[in-house]
Amino acid sequence: MVNRVITGAHYGMRDWLAQRITAAIMAVYTLIVAAVVLMNTPLKHAGWQALFAQGWMRVATLLFAVSLAWHAWVGVRDIIMDYIKLDGLRLALQVLTLLLLGAYLGWTIQILWR
Amino acid sequence: MSTASAKKLRPKYLTLPAILFEIRLPLPGWISILHRVSGALLVFPFAAWLLYLLDASLASEAGFEKIRTHYLQMPIVKVGLLFFIWAYCHHFCAGIRFLLLDLNKGIELRQARASSVAVLVVSLALTAVFGARLW
Repeated sequence: MVNRVITGAHYGMRDWLAQRITAAIMAVYTLIVAAVVLMNTPLKHAGWQALFAQGWMRVATLLFAVSLAWHAWVGVRDIIMDYIKLDGLRLALQVLTLLLLGAYLGWTIQILWR
Repeated sequence: MSTASAKKLRPKYLTLPAILFEIRLPLPGWISILHRVSGALLVFPFAAWLLYLLDASLASEAGFEKIRTHYLQMPIVKVGLLFFIWAYCHHFCAGIRFLLLDLNKGIELRQARASSVAVLVVSLALTAVFGARLW
């Protein structure tokens, strides 16, 4: 049980790496979707709906949403830790952030698999 | 020790007047803080707004047309969307710069300054291009 190393560094390594990997996933998604949308302008409702009806697009968008939630959690938590000194307020804002990101994820799934 | 450093008041706190008037950020510093500001704005309110637009536009043809012909024609919505586009482009470009810095690419001062200018210029140019398509 007591195998935690309580001195030294590297505690942020996992978050740091996760933030960068999720960033890469979102960047690739952004380029693909931007290319698809720009090739299909002016956008019509049928085409828009057909795009999000495809399996790969739904899965890719879900991956994007999960990446966003994880990436944003690390980023917002860093911002809160840097600027909010009051413990209670900091905890409240962190909980609020988690709720917000969780809600985004749920909403995304709801939109994709309606 | 030199008298110049002895006269400085220490510790130095990051008050708002200090941030605005005393501390002169170098350009890479501006890229960094704008990365943070744009990231925070993308989480809230922009992500919620984009999800609302995605929801409404996918739900029905009527919803899609209402957004296209009414909602997106409102000047305040266009300004908001333009601001979102800038935030996304800046966060994207600055993020790629930071990824390259993590890989020890472009960490020399001259290159770091040049890439900062590039991030600023490219993200503003992309905002202008997408903004022009929007209008």
